Amino acid sequence: MAAFDVDFTLEQGEFTLAFHVHVDARALALFGPSGSGKTSALEAVAGLRTPRRGRIAVNGHVLVDTEAHVNIPVRHRRTGYVPQDILLFPHLNVRDNVAYGRRAGNRPDLAMLVDLLELEPLMNRRVGSLSGGERQRVAMARALYSGPDVLLLDEPLAAVDLPRRRRIVDALLGIRDQLGVPLIYVTHLPEEALAVADWAVLIDNGRIVAEGPPKQTFESNVQRRM
Amino acid sequence: MTAEIRDIAIFTTVAAIAATALMLVPGVAVAWLLARRDFRGKSLVETLVSLPLVMPPVATGLLLLWLFSRRGPLGAMLARLGIEVVFTPAAVVLAMAVMGLPLLVRTARAGFEQVTRRYEQIAETLGAGPWRVFSTVTLPLAARNILAGAVLGFSRALGEFGATIVVAGSIPGRTRTLAVGIYSFTESGQDEQAAVLLAISVVIAFAAVLASNRLAREA
Repeated sequence: MAAFDVDFTLEQGEFTLAFHVHVDARALALFGPSGSGKTSALEAVAGLRTPRRGRIAVNGHVLVDTEAHVNIPVRHRRTGYVPQDILLFPHLNVRDNVAYGRRAGNRPDLAMLVDLLELEPLMNRRVGSLSGGERQRVAMARALYSGPDVLLLDEPLAAVDLPRRRRIVDALLGIRDQLGVPLIYVTHLPEEALAVADWAVLIDNGRIVAEGPPKQTFESNVQRRM
Repeated sequence: MTAEIRDIAIFTTVAAIAATALMLVPGVAVAWLLARRDFRGKSLVETLVSLPLVMPPVATGLLLLWLFSRRGPLGAMLARLGIEVVFTPAAVVLAMAVMGLPLLVRTARAGFEQVTRRYEQIAETLGAGPWRVFSTVTLPLAARNILAGAVLGFSRALGEFGATIVVAGSIPGRTRTLAVGIYSFTESGQDEQAAVLLAISVVIAFAAVLASNRLAREA
């Protein structure tokens, strides 16, 4: 369980994202149409975008607080990030990708990660030869091995064939429950949000339009739209 | 092939390799700065680095002669350390490096610009500091271009004539290179030696272009 304490405003050209969520959750799903600001919200937590004003804290670790002039550099944030385009390092094999993070301190055991994400047969492969689902699992292992306080995932099922999605969902559940790493993930598929999240945040056009336990939130949102 | 010809070929190759080594670190550093950083005087640096490409090489040589002669600003400093540059083999290497640098910088810069910044951002989220990001992500991903740039710079160094003859002269057994040798031998009517040097130049240039094309294909 993690305490998400997030309240910020981010501007990108014409677009403004106003995001505020205060909740204790194991997995937070950011749900909404493309262009709604989901990815920007994730990148603000990772430190790749800087809010104009606001405060972001996870489990009491303050990452940004514009009033207190706090802005922790990306490399010190302990926010594992798996972007939608995954971005495995093309010049390294799977093993070296996973082992890239060398941050000192608390981080999961490599053998355990390899086991959890079923990476053993992939370890010596070149990343160019992996399927979408394999790349996703390697990227999750890479992010987790750096010992993050929170794992940020952008559309983790988007590049995965339907039959293999179950495996990724299981991996996400394993990360959430066995490793105890809280998740924030962006999705546009309600089933995905329902499978893993215990709190759903619906975003549209830079605004939060609903939030709550996933099932209720989606049902009320469907009614609202009808 | 006479011993003299052989020595000229070896000296030129060694000098070009030394020049490439000399330009590599500053060249890659400047290429990275131009590709990744905005700073005051950036366009000045851009212009300065490209200058040897557009200026007559002889003019570049004259500039180097002024800078590095015993009374020149840099030459005076080096003279105090007991180092003499002008009309020594070091001057050959210097002229080659200055003339090859623009090609290395341009090619390496394009390489750095092709590296998606997002790879660097991911490395940062994994805890890597600036130097680790550069040495383990940026540099390896730009390596092909840097290597291709180094080959180009090396090829340019091999053929360097104008700047070399002004700042290093054509001293047999000391500063005479392939290009300068062809000129000197032709001047003095030793057409046969000039022809042999020409043949050697063609072979080396051929090998360099072949290597550079192969690198470009694999990139």
